[in-house]
Amino acid sequence: MAELTQARAPSMSSAVARFDPLPVFIFAMFAAAPFLASTSGAEGYVLSLLTRVMIFGLAAMSLDLILGYGALVSFGHAAFFGIGAYTVGIMASHGVEDALIQVPVALAASAFFAAVTGAISLRTKGVYFIMITLAFAQMLYFLASSLAAYGGDDGLTLSTRSLVAGSDFLENDFALYGTTLACLLGAYMLSRSIVKSRFGRVLRGTKENTVRMEAIGFQPLPFQLTAYVISGMMAGLAGCLLANQAEFVSPAFMTWQRSGELIFMVVLGGLGSLHGAIIGAAVFLLLEEFLPEILHAASFFLNDELRSRLSENWQMVFGPILILIVLFARGGVLGFIRRGSHG
Amino acid sequence: MTATLFFIQALNGLQFGLILFLIAAGLTLVFGVMDFINLAHGVQYMVGAYLVAAFSAWTGSFGWGLLLALPTALAFGLLLEVLVFRHLYDRDHLEQVLATFGIILFLNQSVKFIWGAAPLSVPVPEVMSGSVEIMDGLLYPVYRMAIIAAGLVVAALLYLVVSHTRVGMLVRAGATNASMVSALGINIRRLFMIVFGFGAMLAGFAGAMVAPILSVQPGMGDNILILAFVVIVIGGIGSIRGAFLAALLIGLVDTLGRSFMPNLLRLVLDPSAASQTGRAIAPMLIYIFMAAVLFFRPSGLFPAKR
Repeated sequence: MAELTQARAPSMSSAVARFDPLPVFIFAMFAAAPFLASTSGAEGYVLSLLTRVMIFGLAAMSLDLILGYGALVSFGHAAFFGIGAYTVGIMASHGVEDALIQVPVALAASAFFAAVTGAISLRTKGVYFIMITLAFAQMLYFLASSLAAYGGDDGLTLSTRSLVAGSDFLENDFALYGTTLACLLGAYMLSRSIVKSRFGRVLRGTKENTVRMEAIGFQPLPFQLTAYVISGMMAGLAGCLLANQAEFVSPAFMTWQRSGELIFMVVLGGLGSLHGAIIGAAVFLLLEEFLPEILHAASFFLNDELRSRLSENWQMVFGPILILIVLFARGGVLGFIRRGSHG
Repeated sequence: MTATLFFIQALNGLQFGLILFLIAAGLTLVFGVMDFINLAHGVQYMVGAYLVAAFSAWTGSFGWGLLLALPTALAFGLLLEVLVFRHLYDRDHLEQVLATFGIILFLNQSVKFIWGAAPLSVPVPEVMSGSVEIMDGLLYPVYRMAIIAAGLVVAALLYLVVSHTRVGMLVRAGATNASMVSALGINIRRLFMIVFGFGAMLAGFAGAMVAPILSVQPGMGDNILILAFVVIVIGGIGSIRGAFLAALLIGLVDTLGRSFMPNLLRLVLDPSAASQTGRAIAPMLIYIFMAAVLFFRPSGLFPAKR
């Protein structure tokens, strides 16, 4: 055991001592963006796009907490998105429109779902874990599709955004942006301190070698389950925000493809770094938004009809990009930056 | 009346289960032998359906369409293996999930690009267009009977190949312990390529068979892929026998659940509540079933790995 702690000590201390300016830069950019947006002329569009980026960043970061630090590949994380969004939608349709009630209920519901499904899923390992988390998410997806009273397949349109203590300031896009940023920052700081704590170190230990952790006296299950619940609650919060941003909830929020996208965001940004997931979400959503136009501009040598067909079918380019990133860009965007800075 | 309905739904469930088995068989072997998660298996099913639609429109006959579609599906599977999958065997599950997810995006959009987003329909072959009276007052479409028959024949053939031939023995050995098979001098990569190609062809065959009774559209493989995963996880990864039993179970539970759940609940709830909860619970049944199986047997009913 002495050997183990000694072997770990250098990497631990260097991780704590080295100050990483990147997260500060990311949050500074998010904070500055609204001021830049108001000069761009398409303020509403930029704000709503960036709000979405932060919401997905929050969800992806919550996934990174269990995926990057606990090696728990949850293929059903979109379910928590759905729980958060549907809590807001269903409560609003019954006249409970205050976020101060909605959000705690959504967090409690997410925590409950995570605790129950986590307790079952964590009994399994590897591929079985991937599949069982997927199965639970599919269950919720079908449940939401069959809720005829709340729109069924078509989803549910919110008449208004949530109130906060009776005031409707979230109707303002800037206020929603600011609230989302505050949530993201709060969740980031919380996650960062979790990762640094003893709890986080045990979690990372279970990722690297479960048997060894058991041998030195830690039962992995309670740690993994706690992490799973915390992660689910954060994604549930993201769901509440998404419902407010879109003013709409639908079962499409929790399709398995959405869960796949969340995993992709985490890997794209760089696994196990928290802010990498935010970068990944940003790159993913911006690519999704602008790839059609990029393709259109890049294919200037083709005739008009082919150009428009190409930009319409941007996913034909997006899919191979995904494969290439997996095959060749290990460590995602962060890995790329790191390699760059080390020459 | 209810007995007739029950019988018809049971046949539908059997037919659905056999289709699921055709898809799950390839998936479970690929999973079992190479420990490889292939999300793109569902698009092979879609490709099979599109190929048969294209070829039968071209030749004017479903039979010829099917005959041409099968080798094309096989070739397509092998092409994907060479281009993408073989570079992923040594990667972890996460990367496999992502890369094959990329293939899904690409192929779903590609079929939209080639054939358009509107669903295609494939006519039921002339000779099988009627219905046959199985019992008193019980008519069942001939074509669906043909699917059941084809599914059973393929399952029997697969059983013979897997349990009574040399290749089958290697596949079973590979699913139990791939590195040991490799150490004994077997080219496991080539074995895997064969398994992969035939798995893709079986999925394509399933897609081709259902093309006349379902609409052929982009994304049609996405949901059935998830069901196939449920099947192989319940059955135990790498086990053909497990996949067969689990596929039939899932087919029956899903089909019967959807048609009888509301009626069953009427025994305990009032009619409107029963039909609502029934419709909500029915699609969730198989997932509840899967969770229950994994709770008691975390590696499925018939785990191949030891």
